[in-house]
Amino acid sequence: MTLDELGPDNRATVVALEIRGTQRRRLMDLGLLPGTEVRVDMTSPLGDPTAYLVRDGLIALRRSQARAVHVEVRDGSERQ
Amino acid sequence: MSNAHLLDQAAALRDDLPADFQDGIVESIYADAAAISSHTVSRDSQRARLTADRLLDRALTHRVWGFAVMGVLFFAVFWFTIVGAAAPSAWLYTLLVDNGHAWLRDGFVALGSPAWLTGILIDGAYLGTAWVTAVMLPPMAIFFPLFTLLEDFGYLPRVAFNLDRLFSAAGTHGKQSLSMMMGYGCNAAGVTATRIIDSPRERLIAIITNNFSICNGRWPTLILMGTIFIGALAPPALGSVVAAGSVVTVAVIGVLTTLLVSWALSKTVLRGQTSAYSLELPPYRRPQLWRTLHTSLIDRTLFVLRRALLMAAPAGAVIWLISNVDVGGTSVAAHVVGALDPLGLALGLNGVILLAYIVAIPANEIIIPTILMLTMTLGSGMSGAQNGVMIELGPAQTETVLIQIGGWTLLTAINLMLFSLLHNPCSTTILTIWNETKSLKWTSLATLLPLTLAFAVTFLTATVARLAGWV
Amino acid sequence: MTSGFQASSAGPACTSCAIYNSANLAKLGVETGDYDYVAAVAGNPNTGKSTVFNALTGLRQHVGNWPGKTVARAEGGFTYRGLGYKLVDLPGTYSLLSTSNDEEIARDFLLFGRPDVTIAVVDSTRLERNLNLVLQILQITDRVVVALNLMDESQRHGITIDVRHLGRELGVPVVPMAARKGEGLPELLEAVEQVATRQPATSVRRVKQRNAALERAVATLSDKLGQAFPGLPNTRWVALRLLEGDPSTEQAVRDGTLGDLGRGAAEAGSARPTGTAAR
Repeated sequence: MTLDELGPDNRATVVALEIRGTQRRRLMDLGLLPGTEVRVDMTSPLGDPTAYLVRDGLIALRRSQARAVHVEVRDGSERQ
Repeated sequence: MSNAHLLDQAAALRDDLPADFQDGIVESIYADAAAISSHTVSRDSQRARLTADRLLDRALTHRVWGFAVMGVLFFAVFWFTIVGAAAPSAWLYTLLVDNGHAWLRDGFVALGSPAWLTGILIDGAYLGTAWVTAVMLPPMAIFFPLFTLLEDFGYLPRVAFNLDRLFSAAGTHGKQSLSMMMGYGCNAAGVTATRIIDSPRERLIAIITNNFSICNGRWPTLILMGTIFIGALAPPALGSVVAAGSVVTVAVIGVLTTLLVSWALSKTVLRGQTSAYSLELPPYRRPQLWRTLHTSLIDRTLFVLRRALLMAAPAGAVIWLISNVDVGGTSVAAHVVGALDPLGLALGLNGVILLAYIVAIPANEIIIPTILMLTMTLGSGMSGAQNGVMIELGPAQTETVLIQIGGWTLLTAINLMLFSLLHNPCSTTILTIWNETKSLKWTSLATLLPLTLAFAVTFLTATVARLAGWV
Repeated sequence: MTSGFQASSAGPACTSCAIYNSANLAKLGVETGDYDYVAAVAGNPNTGKSTVFNALTGLRQHVGNWPGKTVARAEGGFTYRGLGYKLVDLPGTYSLLSTSNDEEIARDFLLFGRPDVTIAVVDSTRLERNLNLVLQILQITDRVVVALNLMDESQRHGITIDVRHLGRELGVPVVPMAARKGEGLPELLEAVEQVATRQPATSVRRVKQRNAALERAVATLSDKLGQAFPGLPNTRWVALRLLEGDPSTEQAVRDGTLGDLGRGAAEAGSARPTGTAAR
């Protein structure tokens, strides 16, 4: 699944970034790279962007970007 | 040179590396960072953000409360600015404009200074400087520290977060909402504030559209027009509400214009992919109250004084000169007003207003005094105004002067409000745009696009009003 | 204000102590004409970088809670124990590897400005994400002091940091601070002086590439660079940039500016401190 589909309070691990070039570098500079644990923290009242907890920082990404971040939900964090 | 072999060698080595080796560089650094921090950092609780921060964020980005708090906070900033600045402005006005001007004038006359010298220096340059200082200094000294406190607390990034979707739809960055807000204090400061936007494309859009945030120097014009011409349409009890409503409407038109022009720019000259959007929401921090007040106060005071000396003083001198230098028995001002009148009337304005806007490019805050002075001195033999000496009148007198001598109508007032909102930025702002972009092309666009828009919109409203027979 | 975080030996910070009061630290504001050393202040956005800068210089630069607030370089100066330091505030950046304007300014200054000391300001509440930049800085220069700022906040958040261990891991001095309150300032000055006046540390942390092929390529190219430009202090970093095909680094190799860097570094290591300190 991709980061934009991640539910609130679910933990996930980044598996791949599906963007190239400077945009990819930017995300990595913010600490978002394969293996990083992420969590949805809150969503803008207008529905987009969403802020994610990444390495103790709160990083807001627009949906179009979050869609390029592939994640894997960590076991036991899925809320049913 | 001989070093070229190093580049060849680098290229050869690069060839043998896996395609994603660049990722590896960042990954290696982060892996090291993670290893070091896992050895050195220990925590009491789990990796959760501080609960207070989380709760605050829940409230400040809430669907209802988020916007409510935002509205209240920004309203409070403006309210404090307007209310708080009134007394110091009046005091400075009495000191610098009323008394200071009279003292200096008497002094110059006593020293035997020729009339033209006293005119240029005291009635022109000094009065322009004094006027700008009195009108601008108090609001700037209140607005910016308040804004800075919100910034230091960490609130402003949340505003960008809340509003991002609007700006995203216009093809720009959510942080533009903040350079916009800053522009309500001063467009030059707003343009500088666009530095927080790191993509050049989105930053240029924010710079060019900052003009549509009504700065401190333009509020007085809007408020006066709203009070005299629009508030007067309503029954007396509702007058001030209607007047305030008209000013707010103009501000809202400004916001819509910002979004619309941003959208148009991002679809045309500043086309391009929306660049990587990233916004870090920093932890909330207690602002350093006194330090912030002190720093902003000093920064702003120096800024306003510098601007008054560099920009308003020459403008004041020019106003005096064009009113007092005669060519063929009529003053230069009268000639220019006569020449500008046809264009001005086509725009629903008049020649006096256009001339005032030309001489007031350095400082918008002298628009109204200049208009009053020109209207009275060029009008049919009214006394009470001297050539080239800017004046201020109470609302009632202003109304008499503008309607009876100037021949103003409701259309003139509405179009003056629109023109004030849309027209080109002041010269300080233009200079700042140049400093920030170092590009003649973008500086020109940022200057001429609003001016063109101002002409187009006022021409449109004037034409519609005339065709409909409202005037 | 009492605080328990002073892991170093200097005892509680006190703003009225002689150690950095008027005698030793005459705040010079922008007078930086006659200085003995150049110090750069680098760090992520929102780490209190400008607060540290202001605390050292007395310059009241606005401290914004934003990335890239200081786009143009702010400069100031201070004297400490009779030595003049020119202090340069670099833009707040997350990295030195990308191509944003801010990062280029910071990177070029560290590389070409050859500061005698670089103060890397770090948010102690978010150490891991900040170390990314510190490790990159350590690839360019080994004359680094880490200012572990916002210790009051990390304490409030229940975070404990083993400062000594961090210093050993990085191979450079680490000073715990709360710059807003002036805490840790004397220790920072002490560390800055130490790094500026002495030979650089030899045990500085250099990130090894995890990819073996990349590590080999870096080592090979780094050797060649060392031969072509003797004295160049950061061959591994330059090698990485060349492998990435960074245009400005390629240009510096082609026109030989990189060579000046090597000579400059060699001079700075020997002649400069003693030459001017007597003034």
